[in-house]
Amino acid sequence: MSGTRTLAITPGRVTALKGLAMLLVAILALILPLIAPDPATTGMAVFTVMYIGLASAWNIMGGYTGYISLGHAAFFGFGAYSFGLMINHLNMAPGYLPFVLVPVAGLLTAALAVGIGWVALRTRAATFVIVTIAFMFMLQLLGENLVKLTGGGAGLALPYSHDWGGDFFNIPYYYAMLALAVLTIGVSWWIRRSKFGLGLLAIRDDEDKALAVGVPTRSFKLTAFVISAVLVGMIGAVYAYYVTYLYPQFAFDPLIGISMVLMAFLGGLGTVSGPVIGALLLEPAQMEFAYRFGASRLYLVFYAAVFLIVILLLPRGIVPSVADLVHSWRRRRQAGPTAGGSRNAPVSAGEEPPATAQQRLASP
Amino acid sequence: MTLVIEAAVLGVLTGGVYALMASGLTLIFGVMRIINVGHGALVVLGAYLSFALFRSLHMDPFLSLVVTMPVMFALGVVLQLVFIRPLKTDREALSVLVTYALALGIEGVLGYVFTTNFVELRAWYETASFEVFGFHITWVYVFGFALCLTILGALFLMLYRTSFGGAIRATMLNRTAAQLIGVDVDRVAAIAFGIGVATAAAGGVVFGITNAFNPGSHYDLISRLLTIIVLGGLGSLRGAVIAALIMLVSEDITQVLISPVWANFVFFVILVVILIVRPQGLYGVRVRDRI
Repeated sequence: MSGTRTLAITPGRVTALKGLAMLLVAILALILPLIAPDPATTGMAVFTVMYIGLASAWNIMGGYTGYISLGHAAFFGFGAYSFGLMINHLNMAPGYLPFVLVPVAGLLTAALAVGIGWVALRTRAATFVIVTIAFMFMLQLLGENLVKLTGGGAGLALPYSHDWGGDFFNIPYYYAMLALAVLTIGVSWWIRRSKFGLGLLAIRDDEDKALAVGVPTRSFKLTAFVISAVLVGMIGAVYAYYVTYLYPQFAFDPLIGISMVLMAFLGGLGTVSGPVIGALLLEPAQMEFAYRFGASRLYLVFYAAVFLIVILLLPRGIVPSVADLVHSWRRRRQAGPTAGGSRNAPVSAGEEPPATAQQRLASP
Repeated sequence: MTLVIEAAVLGVLTGGVYALMASGLTLIFGVMRIINVGHGALVVLGAYLSFALFRSLHMDPFLSLVVTMPVMFALGVVLQLVFIRPLKTDREALSVLVTYALALGIEGVLGYVFTTNFVELRAWYETASFEVFGFHITWVYVFGFALCLTILGALFLMLYRTSFGGAIRATMLNRTAAQLIGVDVDRVAAIAFGIGVATAAAGGVVFGITNAFNPGSHYDLISRLLTIIVLGGLGSLRGAVIAALIMLVSEDITQVLISPVWANFVFFVILVVILIVRPQGLYGVRVRDRI
């Protein structure tokens, strides 16, 4: 018995393995520009890290509370435009200093999110989804129509630093995006472990019961919505500084809104690591595909296919599915060596939470 | 003033088209509790099918509906069987993503086949107009409105005067109870989806004659259609028709009184105001966990 125990995956070992994997990923992310300094790779890295942040930020609302927002591109674009307008109106010299405007853009996004959230969160489920889409298109229209402010369809130009030429150009933006992604994952992890996070999960499982047992559902939902929006807005601000030119249809792009959702779904909704894994897998693949088949619009078909496969075959995402596999493997390992399986069965049944609870408590 | 009246008349006529497209969408929601985000793409697909028939056989766009509506009905049934029926858990959320994926897929295929250049359906009634009380009205709006009224009328007759319509309404009210009294809800769902998609084809023809379109046109369309069905109350056919008329009339009047660029915006402002006052929409019923 003790011989097999050493081979079994114990919870302690899983934690140690996870810690090791996280450390490796963190080191790799930090030194990536040193290993692969060519602009093609670092450019892809900027967008991948951007989507890690976006998917994780979306997950704070969509994953934890179950309120699916398809309009988070509204906050992305709003953060981008508020950054662009601030840097232009303050006549700021490009360089490192404008990065201080990123949190300011986040604060402005918070104000917007309180307003949108107040209206949108009066609705639930399907209606909420539609209302968030409507708000995104509303902001896109504002971006196009307020020509004096945003430049409309002609676009808004941002200053960029001429000192950051060649291979170096992507690097400052990469680290800015990385910092925001780490912040987002940290916030997401903290929420997941807090009483606030527990309240959010309760809202997802049954909002009316959560309210009945004393979860202040309205303020919890709005708080989660605003936190999620602020993080997305700040990422949008860095994006604006990076691309140096903003157009309403690209800043408020429905595809950006749906991409973060798909990544969170692919990795595992409501887990901390799921959106990270989803973005790491999907964004490089998407960029490669868009690069090869972009002109023929076939990359949309690729995107649709990935989407359908994920949802029809892995509706719960990678992380919960793998967690299930590990779980059942461990159970078999433990039950295996004992001759009388029936004697052991009730004990293990008592130890393991039932499938539905497992799904809810999927390891972060 | 005459401009405002003319705008209102035009709003009612175009509102009919949106009423038709939105009723397909709200019917699908009512029966299956899914939001078909791909509805806009299916409308555009319908328009392209008629465009292809016109280009190859010089078939009149309205006449081509005889071919495209059955084809789209079959496509709808197949889509429902393959992509919607397998969704067992968390249907409402997952269906949004699945149908969004379908929209992207349709956009990609159309872009590949027809390129992203804007096209328009052509017919003699596209520009020919007649005069009533000093107002100029283009024939296509009248024909389109008549077509939409006919199809909407047929839809209402089917729903309220046939036993199959009774089965659909029973499923909309309470799926489990409908199943208990012997309604084959899976069959009802597949056929209702097919009907919804077929009406999208009809809407697509009128949309295609009155607007230039490309494969990306579905974003604009679906945002309007979704706004309409939320305004009317999800699952309410009557609500969808009235909301479509409110939307298009107010849009056309704004276009005349203020500016064309703000016309689209009024849509969303009305939605926000209604949601603050009445979150369930005009004709929606507030059900626990449903709103």
